[in-house]
Amino acid sequence: MTIKSRKKNKSNLWYGVIPLYLFTLTFVCGPLIYMLVLSFLSRAEVWGVEKVFTLSNYIKIFEPVYFNTFIESLKLALLTTAITLLVGYPFGYFMAKLSSRGKKVMMLLVIVPFWTNALIRMYGWIIIFRSNGLLDKLLMGLGLTDKPLKLLYSFPAVLVGMVYALLPFMILAIYSVSEKLDWSLVEAARDLGATRLQAFLTITIKLTLPGILSGVVLVFIPSMGLFFIADILGGGKFMLVGNLIRDQVITTRNWPFASALSVLLMILTSLIIWIYRRVTHVKDLEGLV
Amino acid sequence: MKNRTKLPNIYLAFLIILMYLPVAVVIAYSFNASRQSSVWGGFSFSWYKELFSDRSLIEALKNSLIIGVLSSGIAGVIGTLGAVGMAKAALKSKGIIEYISTLPIMIPEIILGMVFMAYFSLMKLPFGMVTLVIGHASFCIPYVFMMVKARLAGIDKSLVEAARDLGASETKVFLDITLPLISPAIISGMLLAFAMSLDDVVISIFITGPRTNTLPIKIYTQLKTGVTPKINALCTMMLLCTLVLVVLANFIGRKKPVKD
Repeated sequence: MTIKSRKKNKSNLWYGVIPLYLFTLTFVCGPLIYMLVLSFLSRAEVWGVEKVFTLSNYIKIFEPVYFNTFIESLKLALLTTAITLLVGYPFGYFMAKLSSRGKKVMMLLVIVPFWTNALIRMYGWIIIFRSNGLLDKLLMGLGLTDKPLKLLYSFPAVLVGMVYALLPFMILAIYSVSEKLDWSLVEAARDLGATRLQAFLTITIKLTLPGILSGVVLVFIPSMGLFFIADILGGGKFMLVGNLIRDQVITTRNWPFASALSVLLMILTSLIIWIYRRVTHVKDLEGLV
Repeated sequence: MKNRTKLPNIYLAFLIILMYLPVAVVIAYSFNASRQSSVWGGFSFSWYKELFSDRSLIEALKNSLIIGVLSSGIAGVIGTLGAVGMAKAALKSKGIIEYISTLPIMIPEIILGMVFMAYFSLMKLPFGMVTLVIGHASFCIPYVFMMVKARLAGIDKSLVEAARDLGASETKVFLDITLPLISPAIISGMLLAFAMSLDDVVISIFITGPRTNTLPIKIYTQLKTGVTPKINALCTMMLLCTLVLVVLANFIGRKKPVKD
């Protein structure tokens, strides 16, 4: 905590950072460093951790059982991100074109599920997807299928749950850039003879790119760790990195290995945020608050 | 031309309906007299009655509320002071600390839960309310911090300067001018933090004690082991709380700071 210049510190208000510094160092920095240390220690025979340096935790990640889990997680996260972008982009974009009253109402409507307990929303999907549940009844009633689809505890159910849980992040990110968009640029392009599609592809997409990237980051990162969605809607059939870490900590009690997994996940996450910052030159993620 | 303007609205409406469908289903079934969720047995309040007579659920609700109030309160103080201080401080470590302090809402929750569990047992903290409040505060602080920081950036500097020129002390300026201007951001940040605390299951599962249950943990274990329709009623009650919070936050947050 070196002090660069006393001049600016004439103000006494800067003392306000002290609690933040203390909390951050003790309860954020400390745990993360401990995780890094743990990941290089060995697991004790019976209980706890032995202070013996090893790289075996990292090597273990590349065993096919665990490595496949990582790859499966990545696939699901990418698929989730792609779908939320496809569904969320038009939503955020159209939302920004509404009247100011319409925007306010829409904003409220998007934020309520975002604030609502994710478990409750997942539970709603269970009722819908359950064998002989609402969806089955609807489809059978319409004569589209003649027997229950058994959607609950399947990959599509997990995917729907993930997209559903994370969609508000994408919408808010897209909306916040679209709202600031200078429409006159789009109009100018149209006046100069560009078709709607051309103007959209060359101007709008480019101008909303920071929002797209921010949304991608905000959706992709949590989707790697949301173990409870795979648990509840996948019925334990789907092992994601999140589930793996959870099991290693709570069931197997192999903390060093869980730490190594977390470190890898953390590196992946930081890399994504770093790339985001390099590309957009923005420090805070668009539409986060 | 008319069709073009209608299509976006249809899309928006369709997606909103889809977003609210699972929530609506939960609410509807909380009034279902039948025990099976696939059968509609008529309208009834019986699950609500059962809910309020379930001691362990009420206990979990109480815990969740205490944790929510404490952690968002801590976040309100640390986050606000931090944001105000950061704006004034000329510390080299500012950037890095700011980055680390917002990590809890950037990294996947599972990492945070896992490291907290290991770290708290290293520090020999008693698992339960204490660990839950600290853990929740860690992801509540960034919400308040970021909101206050954004609001501070939008404040008209000349107001502060004018007051200083007229001889007000720095503390007085802060209390009389800056604080009232940033208070909507503080309150809506704290409300968001409170909602996130009430919502959290991933981190809580790792850092809770053997005898401490929060509402989301309770819902999660029930969803995994077998659901009684009581859970519908419980979820509906929680939804109601959330709705009140959102409306409140929206109402308070709408008051924009005077700029011109």
